[in-house]
Amino acid sequence: MSKMLTVESNPLDCYLRVDRIPHIWCASCGIGPATGCFVRAIDRAGLNPDKVSVVSGIGCSGRVAGYIKLDSFHTTHGRALPFATGLKLANPELSVTVFSGDGDIVAIGGNHLIHSARRNIDLTVICINNFNYGMTGGQMGPTTPLDARSTTSPYGNYEYPFNLPYLVAASGATYVARWTVLHVRELERSIAEALNKRGFSFIEVLSPCPTVYGRMNKMPRGLDEMRAYKERSVIRDGADPKDVELSLNGPIAVGKFVDIERPTLWDCYQQVLDRARNRKKRKE
Amino acid sequence: MPKDEVLCGEFFINGDTACAEGAISAGCRFFAGYPITPATEVAERMSERLPQVGGVFIQMEDEIASMNAVLGASWAGVKAMTSTSGPGFSLMMENIGLGVMLETPCVVANVQRAGPSTGLPTLVAQGDMMQARWGSHGHYEIIALVPDSPQEMFDLTVQAFNLSEKYRVPVLLMADEAVGHMSEKVVIPELNSRDLVTRPRPKVTPDKYVPYDTKKGLVPPMAIAGEGYRFHVTGLTHDDRGYPTMTAQAQDKLVRRLVDKIRLNVKDITRCQEVDTEGAEVIVVSYGITARIARYAVQKARQEGIKAGLLRLITVWPFPDERIKELAAATKAFIVPEINYGQIVREVERCAAGKAKVRLVPHMGGAVPLPDVIIEAIREEAR
Repeated sequence: MSKMLTVESNPLDCYLRVDRIPHIWCASCGIGPATGCFVRAIDRAGLNPDKVSVVSGIGCSGRVAGYIKLDSFHTTHGRALPFATGLKLANPELSVTVFSGDGDIVAIGGNHLIHSARRNIDLTVICINNFNYGMTGGQMGPTTPLDARSTTSPYGNYEYPFNLPYLVAASGATYVARWTVLHVRELERSIAEALNKRGFSFIEVLSPCPTVYGRMNKMPRGLDEMRAYKERSVIRDGADPKDVELSLNGPIAVGKFVDIERPTLWDCYQQVLDRARNRKKRKE
Repeated sequence: MPKDEVLCGEFFINGDTACAEGAISAGCRFFAGYPITPATEVAERMSERLPQVGGVFIQMEDEIASMNAVLGASWAGVKAMTSTSGPGFSLMMENIGLGVMLETPCVVANVQRAGPSTGLPTLVAQGDMMQARWGSHGHYEIIALVPDSPQEMFDLTVQAFNLSEKYRVPVLLMADEAVGHMSEKVVIPELNSRDLVTRPRPKVTPDKYVPYDTKKGLVPPMAIAGEGYRFHVTGLTHDDRGYPTMTAQAQDKLVRRLVDKIRLNVKDITRCQEVDTEGAEVIVVSYGITARIARYAVQKARQEGIKAGLLRLITVWPFPDERIKELAAATKAFIVPEINYGQIVREVERCAAGKAKVRLVPHMGGAVPLPDVIIEAIREEAR
């Protein structure tokens, strides 16, 4: 049974739908801290909040849009990226962030992820990776480490997971980073940097899920996964994304792996608009 | 809209091209789609025309993405559409439902080909009529229009945008391959602002804005992203604030309104064309390309002295229940030719409610039915 807490107002309340608190996330879940990093990053990036939109898909992390007091869209499972693509192209002045989970963005929405990166559309993606489907009760997914247990891999997961930074970098992302929710300062700075980066930015955020993933993988207490991040994380800025794959108990490479310049989708579309207008003029 | 953006005048173009021009005339400035015959020409035309008028054309990775991009663009305040055919229409279903739930104006053109599955690409059918009505999960109401000519591909695309903006609901243009690929004269009129509808917008300041406030009507004013309203919308059942609300009461209030905003406005939305239905003993009820063939059959029957009439559905959803009920009381039989094995005929049966006989003239698709089979059915029912 949850107990209502009375808290003093927070300077960041202006970014939150405080009338919706308490939120639905479990105690010790990492989505809350990541959400905190995001709203502080909006401040740090100096964005006009009226021009910031958040798009989420489905799942625990998909609920972020509902707690953020910005124009916020809670869409269908896996489809936050194409929804955000339409939003951004129809009004390029908007700063659009897709905030969702690994199952949502990488499994059911995986096709949209690689194509969004390929297009280099100016979006920021914050992908909470808790290594499983939390909301439906802890099933394995495309980020679940080999041999990890879940409610649909009771004998251990027998599929290789994606190395997300490698996947999105190879697909064309111009900014790629990974942090854990233990790295609150780095994560906040990284999100702010990504928000101001023109192009497709992708930040993988490793996040504890003690209720299911942790419980099934010998990290049942709230702080166990955070402790594991502390012990296993290695900051490797500039590391080759192909070398940062994760495993059940191995080291966790964090840092900024990619930060390059490439014309965005919108930049390229400007040329199309010019050519179309010129061709029409010539016809006339 | 600057006049030079819309091509006014008379053109000899196919239905798909006319659909694209209708969209441009209606103020559509965003198209997201995926290639599929026989709807590809809509996308091709939009890829040429939208950059000329400062709009955005994007070819997405699939129809699921296309539908979502259209919804996103609409929430940025831009009139948006996509076009597809059967397989793509199936893929769009979940997010047409999202469009219904978020109350997002947009247009989906389905140039129907024969199914099920891959079926007969580029050969005609009308097999998606019930999918248009019920294809997304849950209970909802939708608007679907059925053009019977390239001219109506233009006219009804404009109408589809107007209805979608007025009622904040995705509107489906249920064309068929024959109408999409047929070339005929299309007159593109000069439309002025009175001919075009734009969605109701909030008149209150952001602090007073309630996204689904329906005190003043069943269709709430719609804020768009970036204007400071800082609204939330969700595919979850929600309250007036747009907040998820997991109760039977919230579900009842929301779904009832989503249905009622269409159902209570059937008179405003639904249109039919009637030819010689007054005093007719046999009435053919048809739509799309089949209605053009039926019209010829009715003329032939009248030359033979049979009191035959035609009711052509221009709007198929919401269905013209009242009109069919009225006619059922005064006629012997309805004949329903359609290029499927009986979809709209069920609606006619429901409305006729035993007062008049209802007879299906089916065609499985791949070609249009010949008038002979319709004439023969008229003769038999007139006896």
